Amino acid sequence: MTSYLVRRAVLSGVVLFALTVLTFSMVNLSGDPVRLLLPPDASQEEVDRFRTRLGLDDPLLVRYVRFASQAVRLDFGESIQLRDPALALVVERLPATLTLAGWAVLVAVLLGVPLGVVTAMRRDSAWDTVITSLALLGQSAPIFWVGVMSILVFAVELRWLPSSGIGTAAHLVLPVGTLALFLLGGLVRVTRTAMLDVLDLAYVRTATAKGVRRGGVVWRHAFRNALIPVVTQVGLQMRFVLGGSVITETIFAYPGLGRLLVTAVYARDYPLVVAGVFVVALLLIVVNTLVDVSYAWLNPKVSLA
Amino acid sequence: MTGWLLRRWLSRARTRGALLVLVPIVVVAVLAPLLPLDATSQDLRATFTPPGGESASGRTYLLGTDELGRDLTARIVHGTRSSLIVGAAALAIALLVGTTLGLLAGYFGGLMDAVVTGLTETLMTLPFILLAIAVIAAVGASPTVLVLTLGLTGWVSFAKLVRAKTFELRGEEFVLAAQALGVSSFGAMVRHVLPNVAPLLIVDGTLQFGALILAEAGLSFLGLGVPPPTPTLGGILAGGQLYVAVAWWISALPGAVLLAMVVSFNVLGDTLRDALAPGR
Repeated sequence: MTSYLVRRAVLSGVVLFALTVLTFSMVNLSGDPVRLLLPPDASQEEVDRFRTRLGLDDPLLVRYVRFASQAVRLDFGESIQLRDPALALVVERLPATLTLAGWAVLVAVLLGVPLGVVTAMRRDSAWDTVITSLALLGQSAPIFWVGVMSILVFAVELRWLPSSGIGTAAHLVLPVGTLALFLLGGLVRVTRTAMLDVLDLAYVRTATAKGVRRGGVVWRHAFRNALIPVVTQVGLQMRFVLGGSVITETIFAYPGLGRLLVTAVYARDYPLVVAGVFVVALLLIVVNTLVDVSYAWLNPKVSLA
Repeated sequence: MTGWLLRRWLSRARTRGALLVLVPIVVVAVLAPLLPLDATSQDLRATFTPPGGESASGRTYLLGTDELGRDLTARIVHGTRSSLIVGAAALAIALLVGTTLGLLAGYFGGLMDAVVTGLTETLMTLPFILLAIAVIAAVGASPTVLVLTLGLTGWVSFAKLVRAKTFELRGEEFVLAAQALGVSSFGAMVRHVLPNVAPLLIVDGTLQFGALILAEAGLSFLGLGVPPPTPTLGGILAGGQLYVAVAWWISALPGAVLLAMVVSFNVLGDTLRDALAPGR
């Protein structure tokens, strides 16, 4: 376990290092930041002074080391637009996004996993056909289309729910539903396949043969092992959940990290973009590690070493 | 694909259903420049004409008009066309990069494998949209940037597939025999390994194509895709969001076309997998 965590930490370090190289080169690819920050009629002398102040006269390698050493200390500089430390701005928005993503994952798992089990047990029945078709539809539907259509139906026509903003539980319903739908479709399909695989295995047939009731076989023997691909799916989909929350937050004017990042891009606020990308990557690394650790808990045969 | 496989694939009702939806959409999109469809002309006497309705200027619009009186039929057809072009170009890049890196990693192993695995791990840790946001923040939105961003981030699943299969085939007798007969590493990979990976790539490529056009539409929706006035499905939808209470069709219809395409590609991927790997 310890050696696993050490290996994981080293790998995460490599990933984050690659990320600093990537973001650094992109910020530097984008042309001269001085021209963007100073008024167009600035004199050459002013430009030179500003350039020296930002340290842009140094060789590229020196600038990278400076950027990386600041990034390691979680110092991403100040937001150009808002004049506050970029990381603080990002962290401030994080709870809103985590609430949205957390509820979406919870809803998708609580609905998707049981539905997947049901379709596997009633294979080729009418229920199976209807649920798997709907799951495919949910998985294929563009998230922004689902969002706008849910506003049309539930906020404009029926007037049941607010279309944007934050504050009450009702404000969360449409964004969470929109974000959960995509995940839900995939989860039903993965759970169904995993259950069908497991129900075929010898130990499940043995349990049936020795007289364990159908419910006991399904939940106690098959389900626990079918959970492994399901957990993998949730872990793999986390990056789509966080990516999808960018779009969801934009549609519903939800003040989370995603919306902050999109506005930062429009404003060409690089420190803010870099800090946001970094925090999300860190979050995903943590989630992926938790997913790996949960394998060992679900299946004692899996060794993390 | 051999004839009988193709026939078995086509005999499935789901395959036929998906093709029935997809083929007309693709044909119209490909022929778009030859059709009398004007996607950019504005007619301010024809704003917000509902689908099938007649405008004050006396013209009937099949799918209605938007807030500037532009013909939504023409915009959706041209938007579908840009989606398919961007998706196809991105898929080509992703397939090329993924297959090459997967072959190299699987065949040579060692350092090459470590580098490719590190790259795929890094890309898998990042939400695609954030990566695209970072790139587009840096270099600006254009069709080329869009295709490169989608292509250069979309190769991961291809590389993983090809790497695993190559790793498995590397020790097979027919590959060893080819090497013993003096076939170069490159020749062995291309002539003996690649044909065995191709069916997997066809299945995964079909599924990925759906994901790529969804990703393209998502970026266009955020205003980070092909810049206006070129119509894109995501862009039309985003423009219609403001007017959803008065003119639902501006947002609803491009999304429905997109959904129909993505569902069809997903169904085709599924049935292709079934046809190529019987027993599942």
